[in-house]
Amino acid sequence: MRVNNVMLYTITRVVVFIILSFSIYLFFAGHHNPGGGFIGGLMTAAALLLLYLSFDLKTIKQIIPFNYTWMIAIGLLLSLGTGVASMLLGYPFLTQFFDYFDLPFLGETELATAVLFDVGIYLTVVGITLLSILTIGEDR
Amino acid sequence: MTLLHLAVLAPFLMAIVVPFLYRYLRQIHTGWFVLLLPVLLFAYLIQFLPSVANGESIMETMAWVPSLGINFTVYVDGLGLLFALLITGIGALVVLYSIYYLSKKTEALNNFYVYLLMFMGAMLGVVLADNLIVLYVFWELTSLASSLLIGYWFHREKSRYGAQKSMLITVFGGFAMLAGFSLLYVMAGTFSIRELIAQADVIAGHALFLPAMLLVLLGAFTKSAQFPFHIWLPDAMEAPTPVSAYLHSATMVKAGIYLVARLTPVFAGGAEWFWIVSGFGLFTLIWGSYSAIKQTDLKSILAFSTVSQLGLIMCLLGIGSSAVHFGYGSPESELYLIATLTAVFHLINHATFKGCLFMVVGIVDHETGTRDIRKLGGLMTFMPVTFTLAVVGSLSMAGLPPFNGFLSKEMFFTAVLRAAQLDIFNMETWGLLFPVIAWVASVFTFIYSMILLFKTFTGKYQPEKLDKKPHEAPVGMLVSPVILGSLVIILGFFPNVLSHTLLKPAMVSILPMLLETIDHFGVHIYMWHGFNAELMMTIGVVAAGTVLYRVMFKGESIYERLRQTDPLNHIYDSALVGLIKGSIAITRVQMTGLLRDYFAYMSVFMILLLGYATYRYQALAIDMESVAPISTYVWILAIVFILSTLSVPFINHRLTAIIAVGVIGFLLALLFVVFRAPDLALTQLLVETVMVVLFLLCFYHLPELRKESFKPIFKWTNVIISVAVGAIVTLIAFGSLAAGHHLNFEPISTYFIENSYTLAGGKNMVNVILVDFRGLDTVLEVLVLAIAALGVVTMVKLRMTGREDV
Repeated sequence: MRVNNVMLYTITRVVVFIILSFSIYLFFAGHHNPGGGFIGGLMTAAALLLLYLSFDLKTIKQIIPFNYTWMIAIGLLLSLGTGVASMLLGYPFLTQFFDYFDLPFLGETELATAVLFDVGIYLTVVGITLLSILTIGEDR
Repeated sequence: MTLLHLAVLAPFLMAIVVPFLYRYLRQIHTGWFVLLLPVLLFAYLIQFLPSVANGESIMETMAWVPSLGINFTVYVDGLGLLFALLITGIGALVVLYSIYYLSKKTEALNNFYVYLLMFMGAMLGVVLADNLIVLYVFWELTSLASSLLIGYWFHREKSRYGAQKSMLITVFGGFAMLAGFSLLYVMAGTFSIRELIAQADVIAGHALFLPAMLLVLLGAFTKSAQFPFHIWLPDAMEAPTPVSAYLHSATMVKAGIYLVARLTPVFAGGAEWFWIVSGFGLFTLIWGSYSAIKQTDLKSILAFSTVSQLGLIMCLLGIGSSAVHFGYGSPESELYLIATLTAVFHLINHATFKGCLFMVVGIVDHETGTRDIRKLGGLMTFMPVTFTLAVVGSLSMAGLPPFNGFLSKEMFFTAVLRAAQLDIFNMETWGLLFPVIAWVASVFTFIYSMILLFKTFTGKYQPEKLDKKPHEAPVGMLVSPVILGSLVIILGFFPNVLSHTLLKPAMVSILPMLLETIDHFGVHIYMWHGFNAELMMTIGVVAAGTVLYRVMFKGESIYERLRQTDPLNHIYDSALVGLIKGSIAITRVQMTGLLRDYFAYMSVFMILLLGYATYRYQALAIDMESVAPISTYVWILAIVFILSTLSVPFINHRLTAIIAVGVIGFLLALLFVVFRAPDLALTQLLVETVMVVLFLLCFYHLPELRKESFKPIFKWTNVIISVAVGAIVTLIAFGSLAAGHHLNFEPISTYFIENSYTLAGGKNMVNVILVDFRGLDTVLEVLVLAIAALGVVTMVKLRMTGREDV
């Protein structure tokens, strides 16, 4: 049975980008406003899931050729790496640092190693969600 | 992070590189790269020798979990340095030997060297750590690495059996030891060994002293293969011979001895320590040496010999601890210092001659294809160099002059003779046992040393029973045993080379204050000490041993009459079978396959636990005064919440049920919004969305919803359980509210509110807690999720096709 899904496809194309940009906003907002790695990751996963649901798995796999297993591994390594890095500098495991820098265009900005840690969490969450859902979804 | 920390961690770093070296530089034996590391470490560590010999110690601290008092402190003193030098020195020789022993064509060298390096690093960590928790982590790593090494030829069933056995026994001991360490922390409030020693008086008077001591000793005894935990050591001989030479003569089994020596200042002085350590040591000595003469496998002989020699060292440490009882500096204590000195000296000697002998046996095995003494014989002419090494090693093991084993054996006799004259700890009645048992065990030691030497190298040559035509080993394989053999001779003739550099600093570590109070205590070891009782005992050992060997081991009939396996193995095996049967039985009762049963179990357990706790601490209190008023929309939300929850069990259609559950989730998000927790609300919303998608995907696979009918009695128990859970949760909520009000607790959030911006630079407190204050929790939670996701992948993608065994 073929269903004409023009509406769904068109709306998905627009909405996915809105959700994705919102997820990136959420991720960076995390330090001062609601958001952060976990929520940003879930939001991104939700956006990608919408893609997978409206189009079929094969098409999306060609467009986004991520290996989610690797994504989990890289995410975990990144999170643990910031912890180990502080150890190498003689601080306890997982000590985070932050400072304010005067950057061009952005003005005075706060840079924190916690963001790197959060990137790791973000990647892991996206990887975990999509890996488990797609694995179950692909199972026939 | 200092150079010392790096030295301890270097083997682990090297282990990461090894697989790449193995893959990309196949034409060079991976062992050559690995060899560099222990050599460099040895050269680095030996630099500390002059300062340590002067009684100094080096300490470097790196914070790990400072809030719990856990710091990665590397502490180099006499005892630590002695062990570290043994680990790296013998490690280098073993790696060199393994290059010729393991073929680069057929063996999985990457695995072997990764395990070996892991083991080396873990051992270094054990002997150089000052913090008990760090010591424990490395301790368990040695168990892990050694069982991987024992099971290296994992396709053999016996290897797997041996690996499992060593793992079960040593890890069991390790857990006990951890409990002991925790008790020590309870008593003294520190994990640092040096601070514990400083508080030895406090600990000795504490009620937990004896339990802590027993638990720690359990760890030490399992690791050092003391009776009755020695049964894993002979089975560990399934490992490749270089591993046996390393783990089971020089390093791992000595970790227990190290621990006993290290904690002597904390525990010694009482009768319990003296009797347990020396008693178990003495019994292990005689049991091991008697078991050794029953063996037909060369490596089994050596294994039981190691067991007995470890008992000997343990016994000496026990006797030496009586010096603490007398107090440092008293004339009696000096008499018992000799026991500690002998323990340290014999430790070195044992590492040299046993390492040498293991390598000799490896060569025999490698060149003839068998280790059975009933097949071997007459190899003297084919392998002259190996034979010479075997002579040196065996005679030293038997305690004959002019080798180093003789010296420590004589000193051992001195120590037990003195121990018999002790007038403390009821030694007046039992003291005579010490020299008697020591003498009998020495006769056994003499006999198995002779079996090892003569059954292999002299007698009739039986080529028809051998797989290969024997010939001398390649030069490279001989280098390491030759070095160890020369050490046996050198230490025999010039034992005092080590006196001031290694022996004395090590003794100061075992019995601190020694250097301060009796600086004149000199270490002088002489080959010739006159016609005294010790020499007479040695002559007696040789005479009795020779006669017994001549009479009993004429043919092979003796082996048919004696049972070769240790009777204790039977107990271990049946206990293992019982454990498996028991867990299967429990699993059958518990794992019914019905979700309802699982929930019932969990809920009942929760009710009982929480109910008891509230009853025990009288936390039942309902304080309605401090409760905030509930606004109308919260009432509405709550009613909808309750209604949708109640509707779920009555829905018979699956899709409707999913929607109802979804409603609950979204309502929860709404509640979070109402109570001003935007982060939680966002998370809840997103999780709920993803869950719905997951449900939709799984929907395809789910079977038709069956209409299940149960007997009414089932339904009533379910109702009772669920009502009870609700009631107890509500009661706890009220109780904690009242308790908080009553005790005037400061909310935990105050700290975060005050410090999240100043300490972590973030205005969103929830996020700051997640990434900064409680970062470890976050990482571990995500790790759990990752494992769950991988579990899904394995279960779905790698589904078993046929009737495979798990």
